[in-house]
Amino acid sequence: MGTKRHFRIWRGDESGGDLQDYQVEVNEGEVVLDVIHRLQATDAPDLACRWNCKAGKCGSCSMEINGMPKLGCMTRMSTFEEAETVTVTPLRTFPVIRDLVTDVSFNYEKARETPAFAPPAGVAPGEYRMQQVDVERSQEFRKCIECFLCQNVCHVVRDHEENKQAFSGPRYFIRAAELDMHPLDAKTDRKEYAQAEQGLGFCNITKCCTEVCPEHIKITDNAIIPMKERVVDRRYDPLVWLGSKIFRRGQVPQTSVTSASHSGAVHSHAAPGGVHSHAGGSHDPATEAQAQAGVNWHREVPKPTAPAVDDNGKLPLTELTFDRAAAPSPFGDDVQFPLPPEHLNFAHPEQDKH
Amino acid sequence: MTTTNRIERHHYDVVVIGAGGAGLRAAIEARLAGKKTAIISKSLFGKAHTVMAEGGAAAAMGNVNSRDNWQVHFRDTMRGGKFLNNFRMAELHAKESPQRIWELETYGALFDRTKDGKISQRNFGGHEYPRLAHVGDRTGLELIRTLQQKIVSLQQEDKAEFGSYDARIKVFAETTITELLLDGEKVAGAFGYYRESGEFILFEAPAVVLATGGVGRSYKVTSNSWEYTGDGHALALRAGATLINMEFLQFHPTGMVWPPSVKGILVTESVRGDGGVLKNSDGKRFMFDYVPDVFRKQYADNEAEADRWYSDPDNNRRPPELLPRDEVARAINSEVKAGRGTPAGGVYLDIASRLPAEEIRRRLPSMYHQFKELADVDITKEPMEVGPTCHYVMGGVEVDPDSGAAYGTVRGLFAAGEVSGGMHGSNRLGGNSLSDLLVFGKRAGGHAASYADQLTSRPKVSIGAVEAAVETALAPLQRDTGENPYQLQQDLQAVMGDLVGIIRREGELVDALHRLAELRERVAKVSAAGGRRYNPGWHLALDLRNMLVVSECTAKAALERQESRGGHTREDFPAMDPKWRRVNLVCALDGDTVRLTHKPLPKIRAELIALFDRAELAKYLTDEELADFDALAEEAGK
Repeated sequence: MGTKRHFRIWRGDESGGDLQDYQVEVNEGEVVLDVIHRLQATDAPDLACRWNCKAGKCGSCSMEINGMPKLGCMTRMSTFEEAETVTVTPLRTFPVIRDLVTDVSFNYEKARETPAFAPPAGVAPGEYRMQQVDVERSQEFRKCIECFLCQNVCHVVRDHEENKQAFSGPRYFIRAAELDMHPLDAKTDRKEYAQAEQGLGFCNITKCCTEVCPEHIKITDNAIIPMKERVVDRRYDPLVWLGSKIFRRGQVPQTSVTSASHSGAVHSHAAPGGVHSHAGGSHDPATEAQAQAGVNWHREVPKPTAPAVDDNGKLPLTELTFDRAAAPSPFGDDVQFPLPPEHLNFAHPEQDKH
Repeated sequence: MTTTNRIERHHYDVVVIGAGGAGLRAAIEARLAGKKTAIISKSLFGKAHTVMAEGGAAAAMGNVNSRDNWQVHFRDTMRGGKFLNNFRMAELHAKESPQRIWELETYGALFDRTKDGKISQRNFGGHEYPRLAHVGDRTGLELIRTLQQKIVSLQQEDKAEFGSYDARIKVFAETTITELLLDGEKVAGAFGYYRESGEFILFEAPAVVLATGGVGRSYKVTSNSWEYTGDGHALALRAGATLINMEFLQFHPTGMVWPPSVKGILVTESVRGDGGVLKNSDGKRFMFDYVPDVFRKQYADNEAEADRWYSDPDNNRRPPELLPRDEVARAINSEVKAGRGTPAGGVYLDIASRLPAEEIRRRLPSMYHQFKELADVDITKEPMEVGPTCHYVMGGVEVDPDSGAAYGTVRGLFAAGEVSGGMHGSNRLGGNSLSDLLVFGKRAGGHAASYADQLTSRPKVSIGAVEAAVETALAPLQRDTGENPYQLQQDLQAVMGDLVGIIRREGELVDALHRLAELRERVAKVSAAGGRRYNPGWHLALDLRNMLVVSECTAKAALERQESRGGHTREDFPAMDPKWRRVNLVCALDGDTVRLTHKPLPKIRAELIALFDRAELAKYLTDEELADFDALAEEAGK
C-alpha cells in the first residue's frame, strides 16, 4: 500500500545548506511529519526537526511545506498529487539552527516584554465571577498553540530583520487583545501599549497571519482590527476629529468607527444591496425609521449654481489659466467647513427630546 | 578530550527538571520562597505534554453540584485506585485541589463558567459529581499557558527589581539532563546538554525537583510525546531513590486507531461524558455487559436509565461508558478479541447519532477540529474508531506524601506529577492528573526550597562524576559499529507492547525480561551518526538507557504481582486479591540490576476509612483489616 514519493528537504545550519532529495515510502493516511520520522529512522538519522504531540496541539513542528507555513503533523500526504515533489524548508523568518530547526527565541523575548495579567485588587482567589459570554472573547486567543506560523508569515518581519526590534508580531497582538478583553484584568492601557511598545501600527492588515493559523483564530478581525480601532478611536481618527469640530462634542454617536463597546457599529459596512443610511450605521429597522423621521427633507438646500466661465464662455480647464494652485475641492471650492448643521442629513438620536 | 573546566556551569538553589504543569508549579513555588530557580525543559518552553490533557482538572469546588466536597473526591480517588493509593496523598490532593485551581485564576486563567459566573465543572469517568474545571477540551493547554505566563510575570517583577528577567528564575529550553550528581547521599547538581548546540551544561544545586512525566515512549501505541522516556524515573533510580507501583500503567480506552498517522492519539473521555457511546461492529452498545459487581450500585444496567442520567443525574445511575478507564479499556480489548472490532482493530465511539452537529461542535471544539484536520473524519456525521493506547504511568518515584521528597538513600531529591508514584494507586481517575500536578508541584517546590534553606553547607560536585557523565554522553557518537537507535527503540516498543501490554501472562513476562536483557547489551553499544548539534539520533541513543531500565522495573513488578488490579491485568490471575492490596512493590537499583522488594502500604487513618461503607470495603480489604474496621465502628458507636 506504500508508494515511493519524492521529497526535497533543506539540510544545513547557519553557515549555509541546500535542498536534498529523498525517495521515501508513504502510506495511506500519513502526514508530512510521519514521513520525516521515517527518514530519521532510515536515511537520515540526524535530520533535525522539532515535534512533540503529533496532534496539532503543541505547535512544535512548524515548517514550510511547498512554501506554505504549516504544521508537519497537520499536513496530510493525501493533499498532494502522487507525482508531486514535496519540498520542506525551515521557517524563513527565524535564524536556522540546523535543518528544519530554527531559533525562535525572538518570540520568547517578545512574550517577556508583554505585560502580564494584572489581578484585580481585593478579589480573593475563588471569588472571581465572570460570564461565559465575556470570557469567550479572550478564550479564542488563548487557543493559541504558539506554533509561531503567524510570526513567521508576517511580512513586517519576514524579510525585514530591522523591524524585529520594534515589532512584537501577531502572536503578541492577540495576547494584548486577550488581556484587554479579559473581564477582570486590572490594567487599562493594553491598547495604548500595543500601539506604543508592540508596533501595532506596522501591521497593515494583510491577514496572512489569520490565513496560516492552524487553530483558526481570527487574528486580524477579532484582535488586531479591534485593537487598532480602539486606539484610533481615541487618538488619530480624522472622522472623530471632524465630528468633534462639527458637533463640539467629544464623541460622535453612531459613526462607523466607534469604540468596540458599541459592537453594533461594525454593521456599517453594508452588504451590497443593503439599506444605506446617512443617519448612522445601524441596520436595525426601528433605528432606521427613527433616523429617517428625524431628517428635515424639506430644508432649504442651496441651489446649484453654474460654474464660472471665461470670456469665451468656456470652463477654465488648464492649470495655467486656473485661478488657484492644486486640485479643486471635491465638495466645490466655494463650500466652507464647518457646514451649518441644518445642511446635514444627520439625526441626533436624542433630537426628539429637544 | 573535553576537559570539565570548559563546561558551562550554573549555580542555583533549586533545579526543576521538567517544564510541564508540575515542574512549572514547583518552580513558581520555589521562586516565591525566594530561591534562585532553574527550569529545565526538554522541549521549547510551553510545549510540554501537559498541553495534551483535554478533559479538565478535578477539584471538589461544588460549583455545579453543591453536594460535592473533598471527602467525596477522596472516596472516588481511592475507589478508582482500587485502594492501593497512598491515602495521605489522596487526602491532600482532594483537600487542596480547589485552592490550586482558584489560584490559577489569579494568574489569568479563563475557565468555562457556570450561569452564576463561577468555574464550570463537568462530569468524568469515576467522579461522582461534576468536578472537572475545564476550558472546552483544551484544559491542559490553558494550564500550561497560565503557568508559563505566571513565570513570565515573576520574571518581569525580577527585571523591575534586579534589572534582569533571569535574576531569580530562568528557563533552560531544549536542555536534557542525563545525570544527577551526588555528594555522598546528598544531591549536589545535575549534568546535561543543550539540544541545540550539543554543548554540555552543569548545574550546581542542593535541591532538585523531578517533574519529567511518564514512560509511554517505550510502547508501540501511545498517546505520549517523544519526551516521555522515563528520564526522571531513571535519574531517581541511579541517584539511589526508589520507584513504586511500576506495574501499573494506564491504557486510555479511547485512542484513535485510524488513520495510522494518528494512531494512539486520545479521544477525550468527555466525548463519553457528553453522551458518546461505544458500539461494536454489530452495532451493539456493549458496555452494559462489562459492569463489574463492585460498580453495580452506581452504573445503569439498561439504555433507558443510562440515557436519562445525562439530564437527571440525581435520580438515575450513570451510563457504563463512564466506568473507570481500566474497565473500559478491558471491555474494548475483549470485544476486539472476540472478533467484534473494526477493521483497524478498535470499536466505534459514536456521538454523531446522539447530539445535534451544532452541539457537538460547541462542546467538543478541538475534538471536532482534530478529527477533521488530522483524519478528515467528521465526528458530527460518523462514528470514530477507537481502541486502548498507553497513556499514563501510575508508578513512579516513591515520595514522602507531604513534601514530595524521594525515599531511598538520596537527600535533596523531590518529585511531583506523573514521575512520582502512590497518589493514584493502581489506576488514575481522569482529571486527577492536572490537579495532582498543581497540588504536589506546589508542595515539592516549597519543600525543595526549605530543604535548601536548612542545609548548613552546600554539597560539592565531584570532578570525577562530571568526567564520567561526559564520557557516557559522548559514547554513542564515538562508536560507529553499533546499531541505529531508532531500530533499538522499535524493538523495545515491540517487547513492551506485545509482552508487557494491557493483558499480561507469566510466560510472556518472563520472555520479556529475557529480551530486555538482550536489548540492554545492544543499547550499551548503540551508535549515533552525525555531530553534536541538534542531532535527534544522538538524543534518542541517550534516552534509550532510561527507557530500558524503567521497562525492566515494569516487567519485573508485573511478573511479581499475582493479581489483577487497576492498570495491571494478569490473565493467569484475573481477580483482585485483598492480600496484594497491602503490598507496594518497590524497585531500587543495585549496581546495574533492578531489585524488587515488598513493602506494606501505610494504614489508612481511622477518620478516612470511616468515610466508606463496610460493604464496599469488604471488596478490597482482608478479613483482618475488616475486623479492625468493625472495632473502630463499634468504638465510634459507643
